[in-house]
Amino acid sequence: MIEVIDKKDYRQITNEIHLEFAAVSDNESFARMAVAAFITPLNPTLEEVSDVKTAISEAVTNAIIHGYENKGHVTDRIYMNCELIKDVLEVEIIDRGVGIQDINRAMEPLFTTRPELERSGMGFAFMEAFMDNLDVQSEPGQGTVVRMCKKIGLGSWIDSEE
Amino acid sequence: MEEDFRLIDNYLMIRMPTEIDHHKSVNISTKADRYILSKKVENVVFDFERTTFMDSSGIGIIVGRYKKISCFGGKVYAVHTGSRIRRMLLLAGVENIVEII
Repeated sequence: MIEVIDKKDYRQITNEIHLEFAAVSDNESFARMAVAAFITPLNPTLEEVSDVKTAISEAVTNAIIHGYENKGHVTDRIYMNCELIKDVLEVEIIDRGVGIQDINRAMEPLFTTRPELERSGMGFAFMEAFMDNLDVQSEPGQGTVVRMCKKIGLGSWIDSEE
Repeated sequence: MEEDFRLIDNYLMIRMPTEIDHHKSVNISTKADRYILSKKVENVVFDFERTTFMDSSGIGIIVGRYKKISCFGGKVYAVHTGSRIRRMLLLAGVENIVEII
């Protein structure tokens, strides 16, 4: 099984949420709104909010379409863990679906296994472009863990001014 | 706000919704294709004026419609694209198939 929760240093973490929701497409907007609300206390710029929302939307959509093969079963679950480590947002999006055969291939821009669903193959490329860091771990038949982080800028700027 | 469709000559104008994600995209693509097949649509114009959020599903909608109409010489346009949507279109490298106005 994929190691999901690392040993954490809770002295560093300033806030944390764990969400579990059904892998249905209605929850794509829920997931990105939840994370947008979660980072609000950091006074993110509109650009940063959009970046985070896009990345979350991509990862959750991937889990629904690819991880759980677009079946829309309410019993299929997506787990989303968010942490704030000072002004850095860390998000994990986890599914227990089919996993990815070849991660490097999956991360190539324009590569998609579901062209019939009009997937553009830009999901991971957008996550990479809009977040500071992206890490994908997957095991065929076990599921996929997508970890992303992003420094939310304006908060730190205010700190340094004080 | 939901998407809406309008036919002007052989142009299909699609006013895109406020939020474009996978959940919404299925519906938009199906409706657009119904217009393309039943009315003589040659060109498709995507209007992003109201759009405040889009992910890669939006790219899928554009490329998908392009594939449907390009074989008959049709063109795809994107209008009222803010800097963010334009950046996404460029990242996806679709600026050669969609005219960004």
